[in-house]
Amino acid sequence: VKLVIGIVRPEKANDVLEALYRAEVRGLSMSRVQGHGGELDRVETYRGTTVQVGVSEKVRFEIAVSDSFVQPTIDALCEGARTGEVGDGKIFVVPLERAVRIRTAETDVEAVTPVDT
Amino acid sequence: VIEPILAATKVDTGDTAWMLTATALVLMMTPALGLFYAGLVRSKNTLNTFMMCIAAIAVAMVTWWLVGYSLAFDGTGDIIGGLNNVALHQVGFEPRTGTTIPELVFMAFQATFCIITVALISGAVVERMRFGTFLLFAALWSVLVYAVLAHWAFGGGWLASNGTLDFAGGVPVEMGSGFSALAAALVVGARKDYGRQALLPHNAVYVLLGAGLLWFGWFGFNGGSGFSTGNNSVLAFTNTLITPACSLVTWFALDLIRGRRVTAIGAATAIIVGCVLITPAGGFISPAWAMVLGFLGALPCYAVIVWRPRTRVDETLDVLAAHGMAGFTGILFIGFFAQAAWNGISDGWAYGNLSQLGDQALAAMVAPAYAFGMTFLLLKLIGLVMPLRGSEREEALGMDVTYHGEEAYATGEGAILVSPESGVEEPVPVRAG
Repeated sequence: VKLVIGIVRPEKANDVLEALYRAEVRGLSMSRVQGHGGELDRVETYRGTTVQVGVSEKVRFEIAVSDSFVQPTIDALCEGARTGEVGDGKIFVVPLERAVRIRTAETDVEAVTPVDT
Repeated sequence: VIEPILAATKVDTGDTAWMLTATALVLMMTPALGLFYAGLVRSKNTLNTFMMCIAAIAVAMVTWWLVGYSLAFDGTGDIIGGLNNVALHQVGFEPRTGTTIPELVFMAFQATFCIITVALISGAVVERMRFGTFLLFAALWSVLVYAVLAHWAFGGGWLASNGTLDFAGGVPVEMGSGFSALAAALVVGARKDYGRQALLPHNAVYVLLGAGLLWFGWFGFNGGSGFSTGNNSVLAFTNTLITPACSLVTWFALDLIRGRRVTAIGAATAIIVGCVLITPAGGFISPAWAMVLGFLGALPCYAVIVWRPRTRVDETLDVLAAHGMAGFTGILFIGFFAQAAWNGISDGWAYGNLSQLGDQALAAMVAPAYAFGMTFLLLKLIGLVMPLRGSEREEALGMDVTYHGEEAYATGEGAILVSPESGVEEPVPVRAG
């Protein structure tokens, strides 16, 4: 079981969701984050105050998947989030020690396998 | 607009006091529209959307001063006014012909109409049109379309002398903006995500507050369009209260039937639709017919609002439905239900005067055609010399950061002060390419 973390442009978040849905990746969390990843700073001016803003809005996806789903998840994130410009984001894959589904106490692979409803 | 037969030669203090107030009320409608529109777009385009309305005040006031007023209100030429009032030449404290208010006040009141009409069209092109291009468009449109339509309907042009009744601007303001908006949406093109992603209003409270302030200002808009405190003005003022309330009732019912819930943004839209419906008819129909107009007139507008998003036409904030369709309906309604017993001028078909309906139908055909055609041509020509819209990258980033270098909801997180002491002196522009 792995945790796939994808940090993407907010305007591409819907495209990512769509790609994940097509790849049959069902369980995920997303949150708004701010970060800096090498893109150029933007300058904003409010009356006499000029500031250089070094962080940009991003959306962070967290997706716990069984090993066979890692590559499809990465592919979906790339497909949905890529524009080709600096600032498209990053994907991190980290090992997951345990996963527990709270409702049933199922663990690990069972816990991250979607239930048929 | 009525030009009373009795040519008054003296300024009336009561009329003037009311018209000064009404002018301020109408000016407030433009920032109110900015708030209304800003709530309807995504948060990254809040400021740009609001700024298009503010820009309309800047641009249209200047063009109005320069030539707009003269072309609209100098003389009674059929198609266009003269140039005797260019740069407000000879516009002073003497009463405007046919009114009891100084021509300066008359000019200022009419200027606020031109301003809000320009601002209205921006609703068709928000979230993608280049700000600079919009400024040029606004300047040219205010003269080539607004001043011409205002002359036809208000300034003694062919529609007015033909007998078409338009109390407060169904022709130049409502049909003028609504059908121009459709042309603008077609020429500028849809937002890149339109039809692919859900593009939702980001703040429904702005939308409701903007609609409320618009309604408040509309009492000056309609109530002032008699240029006096006379009966027609009183009638228009009161009808401005009645018709939108009735549109709200209809809208609630339609929302309930269609989605089983009454929506807030629907309610805000219903207020605008009601105000627009009564704009041309305000001083000409009885309060009872004003209620009927509110109840029934909302139906075609609702139909257009439901139909439009199913098309490929990204007329983003539905100016065509809320202004074009409602203005069209209001103009025609006069032809049926105008009542000389209330307005002292003319009856409609229901009271035995079929020819009034013909005069109204003529305006309802010609004004949309002129507004649509001229705007289409104008934007096509502007498109030849400069880009109409931002790049896809700029559109994704948002118009606020791209064109204004500001955010509506700046948090200050990650912002480094640029000052000589901080050592950060050279601003690095955002890379949009």
